[in-house]
This record gives sequence, C-alpha cells and structure tokens, in this order.
Amino acid sequence: MARQLVFGAALIAALAVFPLFSPWSTVILTVALCEGLAALGIMVLLRAGQVSFGHGLFFSFSAYAVAFMAAAKVGHEALVLIPVGMAASGLLAAIVGLFVVRYRAIFFGMLNLAISMVFFSLLEKLFSITGGADGKRVPRPTFAGVEFGREQFELATFYVTLVLCILAALFVARYLLSPGGKALEAIKSNETRLEYLGVSPRKVLYGAYLLSGLLAGLGGAIIALVSGHVTPELAYWVRSGEFVFIAILGGIGGVAGPFLGALMFQIIRGYAAVYAPETWHAVLGVMLLVIIFFAPAGLYGIVAGKGGKAQREEGGR
Amino acid sequence: MSGVILEADDLHLRFGGVQAANGASLKVAANERIAIIGPNGAGKTTFINLCTGYLKPQSGRVVFNGQDVTRLSPRAITRLGVGRSFQIPQLFLDNTVIDNLLLALSAREGSWSPFTPMLRHPKAEEMWALLDLVGLKETGNRIVRELPEGMRKLIDIAVALALEPKLIFMDEPTSGVSSTEKFQVMDTLTRVLDARATTAVFVEHDMDVVARYANRVAVWAGGRIAHQGTPEEILNHPEVRETVIGVGV
Ligand SMILES: Nc1ncnc2c1ncn2[C@@H]1O[C@H](COP(=O)(O)OP(=O)(O)OP(=O)(O)O)[C@@H](O)[C@H]1O
Ligand SMILES: [Mg+2]
Repeated sequence: MARQLVFGAALIAALAVFPLFSPWSTVILTVALCEGLAALGIMVLLRAGQVSFGHGLFFSFSAYAVAFMAAAKVGHEALVLIPVGMAASGLLAAIVGLFVVRYRAIFFGMLNLAISMVFFSLLEKLFSITGGADGKRVPRPTFAGVEFGREQFELATFYVTLVLCILAALFVARYLLSPGGKALEAIKSNETRLEYLGVSPRKVLYGAYLLSGLLAGLGGAIIALVSGHVTPELAYWVRSGEFVFIAILGGIGGVAGPFLGALMFQIIRGYAAVYAPETWHAVLGVMLLVIIFFAPAGLYGIVAGKGGKAQREEGGR
Repeated sequence: MSGVILEADDLHLRFGGVQAANGASLKVAANERIAIIGPNGAGKTTFINLCTGYLKPQSGRVVFNGQDVTRLSPRAITRLGVGRSFQIPQLFLDNTVIDNLLLALSAREGSWSPFTPMLRHPKAEEMWALLDLVGLKETGNRIVRELPEGMRKLIDIAVALALEPKLIFMDEPTSGVSSTEKFQVMDTLTRVLDARATTAVFVEHDMDVVARYANRVAVWAGGRIAHQGTPEEILNHPEVRETVIGVGV
C-alpha cells in the first residue's frame, strides 16, 4: 500500500514538472491523460469482467458536444465546456446503459461496438452538421475568463487535466473499495449469489457504466480543447480498441494503471512513428503479447510489485 | 396451521422429459425446522429453486408471509426475508471470507455510498461476530478459494444468515462436512437459528442429523412429497426406510 502511494506521488510529481522543462510535451501528455481517463472507465467495467469495445462513443460524443458549443459561442469558457461535455456523455451513457447492462461478455462488448459504429457513421455522413470526415474546428476558448495564447492555454489545460485525473483516480479507487465496487467484482465472480443477496447486478453494472461513460466523456471534452479539432476518428472502433489496449497494458489492479498505460502508449506511438512508421502496430501487438504472457497485471503490476499475480482468468470464471 | 410463514401449493415444473416438480406442496410454520429427505433427482433442489424465484413453476403458487411470490425474482424474494444456501456453495471465491459477509451486510443495510470502504462498514463487527458464532473467525481474512469445501458450505450459510432472513432454505448444509463434525456444525447452526427465531427448511441425507435437528420431515419422491410427519414417524416408516434410507425393515 505504502509502495503504491509513493509510486503514485512520484508519478504525479514527474508529470507535474515535465512540461516545464520540455514544452513540446505538454499536448502529448494532456492527450495521454485524456486517454488514461477513458481507459480508467474501461478498467471499471473490466472489474466486472466486462469489456467495452465502444467507448470511443462517449469519448467522441463529449468532444463533439464541446466543438458544437464552442463554435456556436454558447460556451466560450474551457472551465464550463469541460463539465458540460462530460455531462453530455454521462447523459448518453445513462441512455445506452439501460440497454447494454442486460448483456454480458461478448454480447456486451459487441453491442457497445455496434452503437459506437452507428455514431461514427453519423459523424461521417451528416456532413452539413458534423463536417463529415474533416470534422470540426474547436476555437480556443477562454480559460477562467482569460484569453491565453496557445502555449499558456495548453499549459493551463494540462494542469487542470492533471488535477482532474487525480480526482477521478481517487474517486474510482474509493468506489472500488466500497460495497458498490465489491458488488461490481461480484458480477464477475458470482451473479447468482449477488441476486440472492437481494442486489440487482444490472443496477450495479449500470452505475459502473455511467461512471465509465463520464470518465471517457471527461477525456473527450479535454482532447477537443487541446487539439482544437474533432474528427469522426474519435468514435472509430480503433480508438475504442486503444482504450482497452491501454487498460490492459497499464493493468487494472490499481487506478494508476490506465494512466501508466496511456503514457507508455504515447511513448510507443511517438517513437514508432519516427523509427517504424510502417510496422508500429506490430510493435504494439508484440508489446501486448509480452504483457499478457509475462506481466498479466500490466505495468502497474510491475511497479506495484504484483507483476506475477495473475489477473488471468482462472478456470472458466 | 397457524403461523404459516411459507406455503407452496401444487407446484409443477417439467424439464424436457423430467417432471422435476409434480404437485409439490408444503406448508412451513414459523420456527419450524423441516428436513427434506429423498433420493437423488427427487426434486429437492428444484423445490428450493421454485420457492426462491430461481425457477418459475409451470403451475402452482408460492406464498410467503401472505404475499404471492411465485413470479418474483430471487432478489425480490430475498428482500422479503427468505435466505438461501446452496448445494454447491455460491460465494465470491476471489474475495476474503469477511468481504463475502460484508457485501451481504451492505446489501441488507443498503449501504452503497461510494466513499465508505466496505471494510469500514459501521456494523462490520456484527459480521465478525457471526463468523465467530459459526466457528470461522480465524478464516475471516482468507481468500475463499483457498478454503476446503466444508468451510465453504458453512460460509455460504453464514452469508445467507447475514441477511437476517425470517426463513432460510439450506441445501444439504452438512454435505461437505466430515461425519465427526456434522453434529457440531448443526448444533451451532441450530443455536444461531434459535437465537434469531429463524425458520429453516433444509435438505439432508444423513438420517442421524434429521432425527436430531428436525421437528418435521418431508420425504420427496418424483417431484412431490410422498410422506411427511415427525422424525420419529418418518424414520420408522417401513416404506421410507426401504426407499429412502436404504435399509430393509
Ligand atoms: N436446470 C435443469 N435442467 C434440466 N433438468 C434439471 C434441471 N434441474 C434439475 N433437473 C432435473 O430435475 C430432476 C430433479 O433435480 P434436483 O436437482 O431438484 O434433485 P435433488 O433432489 O436435489 O437431487 P440431489 O439429491 O442429487 O441433489 C433431476 O432429474 C434433474 O436432472
Ligand atoms: Mg439437490
């Protein structure tokens, strides 16, 4: 426990000072944190043994919500756009969740995928509204009422994102230890007993789904602001798959895992784009294999000293 | 019968070619200890599944405390005050024993605040006391998966008891327990049930246990009750002795 805390504090400190020394990294780190938030949402669902291959839906939904509001000048303030974008995705998750929590395993995963792909096609096809494949520009909003230049804006967004990530991670960690979090794990281990405790597994999963939608939405809202541009690619299945990849890579044993995974993912992407532009997907694949076989608890498992403790499915459960 | 807490009336359920419930009826009075005995495949577990909402009968009804529960879900029936333990224990295997109990406690109390860790539930002590009562206090922080079957059976019952049911169904509570410890386990359970005025219906294969701990016995055969009466009547019934107990007269 102490080791995890020390590690978490070190990670936060490193993240906090990094952009001061290398300004080029600010946006990349912010993007990594946004993806980490979405992967944190995936991790929550993984605790129940469920995988969503469609969280690009919530990521892109809030991003587009932010883009529309910023373009329509309804919202011209980053600190308003972020929560509103997040809430939009929360609302969507509240609706989609009603439907998907009835399913488990492959059906759950595919249903999420299907819904996200419908949204992706809408973004592509409704050109007059969404700008089609070119997407929409997101004009830079004010930040706490101040009109920053690009660099200051990026830096301010980064620090706000870092703080939001810490709060989100602390909340999720707390939730996972609470009875609701334990009930969520129970969906994976024994739904029959959960029913016979008088608990509705669907309600438990619904709550978790809502949370995961909000987290992905938070990430999406911020990414729209820092990249200044949204495209349907945010909703594409590859993007959703990346969130799952990041969660597995980072490990789901602790809330730092998805963020570690996201940082590593950015590093691989950055280097691979330079040194192996044609084969970088293969690099990711090999990386994933190594993790699955040698460190099933992910990067978090390695640093938290639980590398060998298998998160692998035991005997059909 | 006065003080009837549960009444199952003429339940029928067919699985393909098997008539698992074929006119099963049983009235349970408050504070009774009813033993269900009968050969394998007689429909004992099916009866429990029907009474607790896991299976729905094709005809017949189940009334608990004056309320028709035939079509209710297990979770709704559980909330009304019916507990259940299983022939094969149904537990959260990768969690600790105390976590299993605390989740039951949280469900009972409706404690779902995301900010309070389950281990710090204000009534957590109560669960440790319950574990102590069934003689498993030392296993509290062990992972369930690592424990032997006999202990798991007992934990499964403790989880059901944590909900403070008015009526509990126990499917072969002593089946994983060594014969030397059976009486001890049943003594303990009876003490807990008495202390809480919990009514119990249990499936049992060991006739010594039946004779000692039941005050009424129902003999299951072919999806219904073939005979019922006091342990003395039933255990001395020539037909029952032959078909169920497997000893000639
Ligand atoms: N879900 C099911 N699907 C099909 N057949 C079933 C199902 N459940 C039970 N049966 C059949 O119904 C009959 C009664 O089964 P049940 O489990 O109720 O018997 P039991 O009296 O509990 O037996 P045992 O002493 O072996 O536990 C058996 O023939 C069984 O094979
Ligand atoms: Mg049975």
